[in-house]
This record gives sequence, structure tokens and C-alpha cells, in this order.
Amino acid sequence: MNFFEKMFAIDRRWVYLTLFVAVVVSLLLDFSIPVPISKEARNIYNYIEGLNAGDAIHLALDYDPSVSAELDPMTLSVLKQCFTKDIKVIITALHQFGPALAAERIDTAVARHAALTGEKKINGVDFVYLGYKPYPVLIILGMGQNYRIPFPRDYYGVSLDSLPMMANIRNYSDVKAVINISGTSATDWWISYGNGRYGVPLAIGVTGVMATEYYPYLQTDQIFGLLGGLKGAAEYEMLVNTPGPAVEGMKVQIVAHAIIILFIVIGNVGFFAMRRSEKRKA
Amino acid sequence: MDWSTTIGIWVAAFLTLAIFSFLYKDNPFYKFAEHLMVGVSAGYWVLILFYTAFMPKVVQNLQAGNWWYLIPTLLGLLMWTRLFKGWSWVSRYPLAIYIGVTSGVAITLEMKAKVIEQLYGSIDLVTQMNSANASTALTVNNLIILIGVITALIYFFFSKEHKGATGFLAQIGIATLMIGFGASFGFTVMARISLLIQRLQFLMFDWINLPRG
Repeated sequence: MNFFEKMFAIDRRWVYLTLFVAVVVSLLLDFSIPVPISKEARNIYNYIEGLNAGDAIHLALDYDPSVSAELDPMTLSVLKQCFTKDIKVIITALHQFGPALAAERIDTAVARHAALTGEKKINGVDFVYLGYKPYPVLIILGMGQNYRIPFPRDYYGVSLDSLPMMANIRNYSDVKAVINISGTSATDWWISYGNGRYGVPLAIGVTGVMATEYYPYLQTDQIFGLLGGLKGAAEYEMLVNTPGPAVEGMKVQIVAHAIIILFIVIGNVGFFAMRRSEKRKA
Repeated sequence: MDWSTTIGIWVAAFLTLAIFSFLYKDNPFYKFAEHLMVGVSAGYWVLILFYTAFMPKVVQNLQAGNWWYLIPTLLGLLMWTRLFKGWSWVSRYPLAIYIGVTSGVAITLEMKAKVIEQLYGSIDLVTQMNSANASTALTVNNLIILIGVITALIYFFFSKEHKGATGFLAQIGIATLMIGFGASFGFTVMARISLLIQRLQFLMFDWINLPRG
């Protein structure tokens, strides 16, 4: 059995172990890699930076804990930018396993902002969390008419009419953009129904698995920005000047990717070498 | 750190390791964690639906005297007839209404967002190339996209045998699709590694309390 035949017969658990060790070692070592900012990430940052204090945006957090590794850093970075710029934020969570997660992330963002600036952002004044309602398509269409149709009350049971922030906000016409951070097909619904039906400017932050699917919508201006996976999250952390778990993750990604590429190269070289030797034997 | 957080971290660490143990081989710890997740998810969803749909839409509306809410409630109840042999045909009526409404809402908007707009986008590539201030880079970029779109569509044109010029263009279409799949694979690797990173960050820094690099 030659080297390549041995590599082909290797137990896949050795591959897992190699990756595991590489990730652990990379996390323990103190090094960093540059995170270049893409145009599609900068577009979102610049759009929010261009808003005036008091303007409102809608942050749609449509994901569950299984993809929080990639999407939490985006959520926290966008909230940080909005809180710093004094942008009002309407937040929804249209994934059935997302409402408690979203509430926790909002609390984290509020606490971090308070620790950084000493200013406490207040629910109903600086942001409104509407929570979850089933059937996202109907909810997205309903909010386009009036936020009060699907959400007469916020997540905490308070009537929307009694919240100062909602006094001048009726529907998407009163928000400057929707930023959809999603690990589900909710992004498709925001494109088709939020942007397609009501024309609200839309930007998205999605998991790595989903990212390539949405690049065509950038070209047609159906979305004005895109954050793809941990790389997109790391870019936004850099943009808001708060390097966190996503930026830390990029140094691990580069090592893990190098190992995976190495395995792919070995596999392919082995495949062609074995095929050649089989042809010779024949 | 309070004791409830400590217990939470230990439980999460145990469940993470139980799931990871599947990488070695299937075992009772993995099965336990898997079944627990399915059960907890189902239970959580039932409660969420109860409090976000059934209570506000049905109970509170009927309590407030909005009797017309009885119609959708009745339609919803009729769905349950699927469980009873001999009566299951009744569930087709609410299902038919649901499908009809969904089709009415979705077809035009989905067609607009996913077909018409994309078609405009492809036509716009030519318009951009013809504009007076089009740079060489833009022209080359748009040309590549345009060739990719057209040849990928030719690959899915099955009314003509893929031979000669059609076969050649279909081959370019396949290459375009492969590049797309390659990009998706790259992103997928990044996504899966991201999940591993998060779990290991949790185990190393939150559970074992190792110093960060």
C-alpha cells in the first residue's frame, strides 16, 4: 500500500481530530490576521452612519441559537452602531426559537452601551422589541400596513400606542431601512414582501451557508448590503471598532481552511495518482 | 458567578461533549442529547405558539366580543379532522382556503422579486456596458456574468440535445454552475468551522476558564 492509498484509507476521525487540535491551538495562540472590509459590508455601515439621530430602522433578527455563532456578532455590532448614533431601533424575531435569544442580545447590547458611555438605552424610547408572531410572511405584510396589526403589544405586553418611540411610526414608510439578520428563509420573505411589496430599503446579514444565494440581489439593488457568515460579522465588528468573537474567529478560520485545503489537495493528488497506476496495471 | 449560571454552563458543556461524541461513533450520550434537543424544541414551540397565536388571536378576541374570529378558529379546528379516519376529508376545506390565500399573496410578489427583477438585472448588464462611461473592468465583469447566466440557462434547456454548439455552451454553463457550487462550499466550510469555534470558545474559556490567546 503506497502513501496515497494509505491516505485514502485513513479513518475520517483523524481528520476531525486534526481540525479539532488546529482550532484549539489557534484559539490559544496570540496572533491576529487582517480583516479587509468588503464593499457590501461597508454599504450597510455607511447607510446607518448617514442617518440622523432620531431616525428609526427595523432590525429583524430571524435566527435561532444554532446559528448564533455567526449572527450574534452582527446583531451586537449593528445595535452598537445604532445606539451610538442615537438611531431608534424596532426589533422583531420571526423565528420560533428566536424571541428569547433576541431579548437576551438586546439586553447585552444595552448593558455594553451603558458600560461604554454611561447612557442607559430605554425600551419604548430608544428601541422597541416586538418579539415573535407565527407566519412570518403575514407578519411582514402586516407590518407594512401598520406595526400595530400584527403587534398590538410589544414583547413585554405593553401597548404600542403607549410607547413614546412608536408615536410617529406607523409602518415601513417611517423607518429608514430594514436590516435582516437571518439564518432562515425569512430573508427571502423580506426580499419578496418587505422590499418587493413595500419598497423598504433592505440589507441582510446571513449565515455562510446562505450567503452565495443572495449576492444576485445586490446586483439588482433589491438589497443594499450583505454580511456573509463569520467573515461578514468580523468585518462589521471592525467597522464599529469593537473586535470581538468574530474577529477572533477569523484567525482560527484561516488555519482550519488551510488544513481543509491540504486534505482536498492530498485527496485529489491521491485520486489521480491511483487512477494512473490502475491504468498502468490495466 | 451565581450557582444557576454555573449549573447552566456545566449542563451546556456536558450536552456539547455529548453531541461531539458522535464524531467518534454513535453512543447513548449522543442519543440522549439529540432526543433532549428535539423534545425541548417541540415543547418550546408549542408554548410559543400558544402564547403568541392562540391566546391573543383566539381567546382574547373572543373575550373582547370579536365574534367573527370564530370563523378562522373553526377553520383551524377543522384541520384537526385529519386525525379522524372518515372525517379527514373535511380538513381539505381549510387547507384549500390556506393554499388559495397563500398562492394569491405569494405568486405575483415572488415572481416579481425572484424572476422579473433578476431579469431586469441581467438586461441592465448590457445597458451598463453600452453606457459612455463604462470602464474596461466593468465591461469584462458584466460580460463574464452575462455569459455565465446565458450558458447556465442553456444547460437547463433540455428540448435540444446537448451536441455541437449547444453542447459547447452547456459545458460552459456546467463550469459556471461548478464555480457557484465551489463558492457555496467555501462559505459552508466557513459556517461549519464557525460553529465549532463557538463551541470550543465556550468549552475552553467559559467552562474550563483557560486564558484567551
